[in-house]
Amino acid sequence: MAAAPLREQLSALLSSMFSQGLVDEQFEQLQMLQDEGGTPGFVAEVVTLFCDDAERIIAEIATLLEQPIVSFDKVDAFVHQLKGSSASVGAQKVKFTCMQFRQFCQEKSRDGCLMALAVVRNEFYDLRNKFQTMLQLEQQIQAYDPKQQ
Amino acid sequence: MTVVDSESRFHVLAVDDSLIDRKLIEMLLKNSSYQVTTVDSGSKALEVLGLTDESDDSSSPSSSCPDHQEIDVNLIITDYCMPGMTGYDLLKRVKGSSSLKDIPVVIMSSENVPSRINRCLEDGAEEFFLKPVKLADMKKLKSHLLKSKQQHVAPQPQPQPDQQPEKPPRNPEDEEAAAEAIPDGIVSDCSCCSTSCSNKRKAATMEEQEGLSSPERTKPRLSSTTSSSLAVET
Repeated sequence: MAAAPLREQLSALLSSMFSQGLVDEQFEQLQMLQDEGGTPGFVAEVVTLFCDDAERIIAEIATLLEQPIVSFDKVDAFVHQLKGSSASVGAQKVKFTCMQFRQFCQEKSRDGCLMALAVVRNEFYDLRNKFQTMLQLEQQIQAYDPKQQ
Repeated sequence: MTVVDSESRFHVLAVDDSLIDRKLIEMLLKNSSYQVTTVDSGSKALEVLGLTDESDDSSSPSSSCPDHQEIDVNLIITDYCMPGMTGYDLLKRVKGSSSLKDIPVVIMSSENVPSRINRCLEDGAEEFFLKPVKLADMKKLKSHLLKSKQQHVAPQPQPQPDQQPEKPPRNPEDEEAAAEAIPDGIVSDCSCCSTSCSNKRKAATMEEQEGLSSPERTKPRLSSTTSSSLAVET
């Protein structure tokens, strides 16, 4: 079956995402919910929502940090939001970088926040790339065998 | 309108301002065979419940329908930290309404703040879930739902779950969350809505500094009990 190498690729990708700590057991929960609920698009939907949301939040934070006077409360509120959604989808590394980011918000350090933002952005882009690959592989696999994942 | 039917599915109202969390809780609840309505704010929740967002009404809701509720809801699960009306505010409104006070309320929060948790439990919440909420948490809802059904059928004295000394949040591995519940004495009780509930923050701060306000609590602060691993430590 032509889907077999694709399945292997997907499996290897997911394994490495877990072992590198990009995703944690909450992501597994999402997968379980999808499998047990028989709702094949669930993970894709949540992951896509997360990526859109994270992109928007990162842009908002960047704008706030460019202001002559930075409102650290607002920055912190956005970071808190991103931390929450990354925790909900199991985006572990992004979540951790958000936690570190909040420290800099507490300290009201613009430089610290800018640095933390760069870290969050990098981790997010890395994760997003992997999510995109994952979704592409899933779609390709489904094209071969629509009733399975 | 859903029909009240003890054999059919329970109807849960889920309240969360985060779209992702709404999707998640909806899936979790549906997976557990509950009927779900999700809303993104406390005030919308009150609308669904048939209350308007005014001061407490102890009789029928003012402008909507003559019945007690617009829609029959068996359980409310709400995020704590929301702009405008927090989950705690919603809890108080529900428990303060004669038509709604028997509906069990469960609070969810991403932050592990023992005083917050205790305050919710003492003020009538059945349960407190630490986010992210998991499938296993859904099992805990069943008993609260069944209990409230029993009350409809045969009025019994309530088991008074809020007299339990504490309900430690269920994630012992959430030390990260504990560390994150800013231990510097200044409670950002709800950083996501810091601009809109600063009064509550001050009240919560005072409450934390004075110790817990409930006179029935003879137990020492949580930090010395079993949930010490979760308590706010420096």
